[in-house]
Amino acid sequence: MKNVAVLVLLILMSCKDTSTTNEIIKPEIVPNVAQLEADRQFEVYDYDGLAPLLNKTDGKVHIVNFWATWCAPCIKELPYFEAVNEKYKDKGVELLLVSLDFPNKYDTALQPFIEKNNLKAKVVALDDVDQNRWIPAIAEEWSGAIPATIIYSNDKRQFYEKSFTQQELETELKQFLK
Amino acid sequence: MKILKLLTVMLVTLSAITTKLNGQGYNVGDMATDFNLENIDGNMVSLSDYKDAKGFIVTFTCNTCPYAVAYEDRIEALNKKYASKGFPVIAIMPNNTDVMPGDNMKAMQERAKSKGFTFPYLTDKGQKIYPQYGATKTPHIYILEKTIAGNEVKYIGAIDDNYQDAKAVKVKYVENAVDALLKGEVVKVKETKAIGCTIKV
Repeated sequence: MKNVAVLVLLILMSCKDTSTTNEIIKPEIVPNVAQLEADRQFEVYDYDGLAPLLNKTDGKVHIVNFWATWCAPCIKELPYFEAVNEKYKDKGVELLLVSLDFPNKYDTALQPFIEKNNLKAKVVALDDVDQNRWIPAIAEEWSGAIPATIIYSNDKRQFYEKSFTQQELETELKQFLK
Repeated sequence: MKILKLLTVMLVTLSAITTKLNGQGYNVGDMATDFNLENIDGNMVSLSDYKDAKGFIVTFTCNTCPYAVAYEDRIEALNKKYASKGFPVIAIMPNNTDVMPGDNMKAMQERAKSKGFTFPYLTDKGQKIYPQYGATKTPHIYILEKTIAGNEVKYIGAIDDNYQDAKAVKVKYVENAVDALLKGEVVKVKETKAIGCTIKV
């Protein structure tokens, strides 16, 4: 990706060289791809990279929420997940937000959303087009609609293809807390 | 006969309710219900209107879902390729338009016009049809084959294996299924999973 930025820069410079007019070139309006990627507050995985995060055996209770910035019911329930995470993090609860945003929206939608809403939980983006492989691998009963959520702790695991209220989420979570 | 009809209606309603409760709907091999839904041109459309069809590519889709939008051109291409061969695309917009005004009839008409849709784009007014099929998201495809017993579900799932890039598609699930049906062969991949937007109730 750095190469792309260099290339863009080179093209710009060459433009300037050949330019006979006094055209002012503003390199700052060219999106600096490398910088945007460096600023991201999330990691991007394919399914093989994501799988270990869905199967930890550290004794903690993991809530994994699949969402996207374009998914209205997901956005609605996100604050409940954040609140529950804050409330129960001392009890060994860990929230992971798996974004299914399209890769071309990572810097224009996902990163701005994380900043604007000041998301506290860890965010990762899943970029893997072979959905027919990873959807059933994540949960056999998942139709592919989002929001979808997994709560798991070691071997105990529950999958939900539904929207949550904060109360509903706490009720489900409590089944996993000793 | 009337009682039978009433019973059928009751049964269908009942199965629609249970469908909604357990989130199941049709499996491959089930007979799919016909419907009578309003098209963007104001006409009502039923599967039974298509006397010469061999089957249907029933597509639950909408204006407002990024996944559905990513597939718009490919849905149109499917209709161009297969309508003349006896498998037209029948698109149904399943969302509640009070929740998603961007999917109302006017917006559907505009989208169809700007994209040059040649297939019917119907609205599931009252949201009675999608739960019977068991559609959970957009886009969600049901390939039906016309048989003596009715319209049999032959394939459920995604259009292909790459939502991001039509050029990078490796497996065209829907085309493979329709091609097999046209040749009188068994559909090999009968069900696939894909991410989509929840149908808005």
